[in-house]
Amino acid sequence: MSRKDLSGMTAKRLACAAVFAALGDKTRLLLVSQLCGGQPRSISQLREGSRLTRQAITKHLRVLEGAGVVRSVRRGRESRFQYDPQAIEGLKGYLDFVSLQWDQALSRLKSLVER
Amino acid sequence: MENRIEKRIELKASVSRVWRALTDYREFGEWFRVRLDGPFVEGQVSRGQITYPGYEHVKWQVIVQKMEPERLFSFTWHHCFDPDADIFKEPTTLVEFRLEKTEAGTLLTLTESGFENLPDALGLEAFRRNNGGWTEQMKNIESYVAQRS
Repeated sequence: MSRKDLSGMTAKRLACAAVFAALGDKTRLLLVSQLCGGQPRSISQLREGSRLTRQAITKHLRVLEGAGVVRSVRRGRESRFQYDPQAIEGLKGYLDFVSLQWDQALSRLKSLVER
Repeated sequence: MENRIEKRIELKASVSRVWRALTDYREFGEWFRVRLDGPFVEGQVSRGQITYPGYEHVKWQVIVQKMEPERLFSFTWHHCFDPDADIFKEPTTLVEFRLEKTEAGTLLTLTESGFENLPDALGLEAFRRNNGGWTEQMKNIESYVAQRS
């Protein structure tokens, strides 16, 4: 395997870890659930019915944005946030990734015991 | 989402040879590419440092579940790459190695299950399909949150 593939895989693994971390929070999970319909929403809209401050919501949205789960779209003076399904699609690949790692590890085990 | 991995591999080596490669911590470390602090003990945490190129920053931390000689070796591990992650707090998957004697040597079956425990399974499938409606999604979130807190 080339160095490039490896670093790509590391990046992928770390990206998955970031998505897991981003979603491992009740507030953020609720924000994602509000956005997963696909409709971009403003911070004010996302605050409706919530006791969180604007700053708190913004902070959580930035974490989600950093993990690629949502992206912000500017509309005039206002930022709107939109769910980006790609990050989560990426998680599907995680199992394939773990699976590939096992294939490689088992082939090393095979060479060891058949030596 | 398919939440389980299964691999079967025929090894031209005796069951006892394969058992040793799996459960002797130095031999395990050699093929798995991890430097383990000490031997595997059933019910205890095994710690070490991954030596696989590009992953040297990752810590090895698993709980040895079962060691049934020449039959079954299993452990649980987490999928969090934060060096401060605690195996007792993170969601885990179960890794099992089963050995069976064959004509040629040993049939090794590896399974890793429990991916539904990882945050990925918190209903992301529902998010993705987006056809279960709000009730299902809220249920997923509810159970996920309940499970985490």
